[in-house]
Amino acid sequence: MFDIERWQEIFETLRKNKLRTFLTGLSVASGIFILVILLGFSKGIENGVRSEFEQDATNRISVWTGVTTKGYKGLNPGRYIQLKNSSFDAVENKFDNLLEYRTKDYTIWGGTVNYKNETGNYRVRGTLPDNQFIENADIGSGRFISQSDLNDNKKVAVIGNKMKMDLFKGENPINENIQIFGMNFKVVGVYYDPGGDREESQVYIPISTAQQVFNAGDNIRNMAFTVKMAENFDDAVAQSAAISESIEAQVKEIHTVAPDDQSAVRVFNTLEEAKKIFSLIATIQAVFWFVGIGTIIAGIVGVGNIMLIIVKERTKEIGIRKALGALPMSIVGMILQEAVFVTMFAGLFGLIFGLGLLELVGPQIESDFIKYPQVNFNIALITVFLLVFAGAVAGFFPAYRAAKIKPIVALRDE
Amino acid sequence: MIQIKDLHKSYHMGSNSLHVLKGINFDVKEGELVSIMGSSGSGKSTLLNILGMLDEADEGEYILDNVPIKNLNEKIAAKYRNEFLGFIFQSFNLINYKSALDNVSMPLYYKGVKRKERTERAMQYLEKVGLAEWSHHLPSELSGGQKQRVAIARALASDPKVLLADEPTGALDTRTSYEVMELIQGINDEGKTILVVTHEHDIAQMTKRIVNLKDGVIIDDSKVKQVRASQHV
Repeated sequence: MFDIERWQEIFETLRKNKLRTFLTGLSVASGIFILVILLGFSKGIENGVRSEFEQDATNRISVWTGVTTKGYKGLNPGRYIQLKNSSFDAVENKFDNLLEYRTKDYTIWGGTVNYKNETGNYRVRGTLPDNQFIENADIGSGRFISQSDLNDNKKVAVIGNKMKMDLFKGENPINENIQIFGMNFKVVGVYYDPGGDREESQVYIPISTAQQVFNAGDNIRNMAFTVKMAENFDDAVAQSAAISESIEAQVKEIHTVAPDDQSAVRVFNTLEEAKKIFSLIATIQAVFWFVGIGTIIAGIVGVGNIMLIIVKERTKEIGIRKALGALPMSIVGMILQEAVFVTMFAGLFGLIFGLGLLELVGPQIESDFIKYPQVNFNIALITVFLLVFAGAVAGFFPAYRAAKIKPIVALRDE
Repeated sequence: MIQIKDLHKSYHMGSNSLHVLKGINFDVKEGELVSIMGSSGSGKSTLLNILGMLDEADEGEYILDNVPIKNLNEKIAAKYRNEFLGFIFQSFNLINYKSALDNVSMPLYYKGVKRKERTERAMQYLEKVGLAEWSHHLPSELSGGQKQRVAIARALASDPKVLLADEPTGALDTRTSYEVMELIQGINDEGKTILVVTHEHDIAQMTKRIVNLKDGVIIDDSKVKQVRASQHV
């Protein structure tokens, strides 16, 4: 293997048989190249889909409270558990790095809202900026509630599209004042919601403003969080369950509720959307793996074929070499070393070329559904070795057989 | 140099058995130039293959340079072929993608000679056959006679005990055949033992001894007055 004379002989053979070397190399290199590109774009599409649907796919955890049903630590059952800003802050602090979006809510269920002569009854929700993402509210015009609205307790409102239709009759509502329970709020944005009319019949205001104008102190009705997307659905389920449980335990502890009290603190998590997205991603991956494995098999068959032909073509040469005193094993070794060298070299070339192209073209792609095409380097490398191995195996048997043929028979081969 | 006693060889094809060599007895001394003649099917090629260790006899004794040749495995056969024998074939059997020089140095590669020395020695043998200036040409760029001379240089390269030539002039025209025979005679003059299988009488007359084979037995083995090929060239 490390015999320099042997390598010289092999390089010479390769150099003198440029076309054969080139064709073998080309088939291996192009196979690997196609595979890299294929896997790269599959990853790109996966990334694209993931980021495109990420906001819907996150699993949502919401915390509601009710009345205690069990006595605990000397406290009577029948107590109403009131969530406070501090409860929210405690949960937020504890799970900060696991949470993606977080919001707390103070809601007036039936609020009288009027604009000029139009009046309607709408849900008024004091909330945080993150609520836009948790509720999947699309901003049609203007903006959602911002942090500075909260800091200054501004009287601003983001109304649903349904409200805009009802109250403004198609006029532009931005910067107009509406009255909520007679108080002036400036409309800063209009949102759409995939939930339809019911979800669009709400008006969002900063929660700090809501707590102030409705004399709620630091009470909140509920809080909701989303958890960052996990790698796959099983992880997402496990993660979501774990976080839900810890949040429940923590909130119960803060409010001195019996750990087994089912109704005082309720934590829900929804994974429905996540499940759809994960199964979409899984399908995409499965399709590309299927195509990829097909490509590898085609590559293996191709390399095997080439090796068979090469050995067949060299039968006479093998006979000559044997007549001149070559050991059978040195002939098998020579053919294999040559094959492994060519496939390895060409495979790595195809790999580097493919990776380079992905690296170069990847960032240029402007599609929402293909993002950062990339390849798992290890998988690509394993594929190269697989092809090299297949080439070696495919070359070994005919080479072994050819080396076993009596030289006189091999020499007769024309 | 070569001693053969009661050599038998049969080929089995299914239930049929073909007795090709039926007890060959024959000695070759060092420095002899022997031609083996016979019609096709007489067993002359089989005999040469056994002498060349490309095939093995069923029965009998074969001693080459005082080494009994039997129970050969591939490894030892390869070693002996490399050390003891040089082959010259009817169809030259040069490796077509290697230059004349590289073809000649091939046996030295399998002998384990280093590259530099290999090239030097190969060059010497090419000079000897008068093809020094063709050393970097491929076989396809050489004429038939030139190819056979490269093959002879290759056969000589590992300095074997015996040269075995299987119809060395079979693919050549008369004039070129004589040129090749002149070269073979020259090599023999230097003391090399050479066996030539041929069916051409004029070629056989250029050797020193003719062994006639028929149906697997030697029917005639006689010394002849050597005709020098140079007279015909």
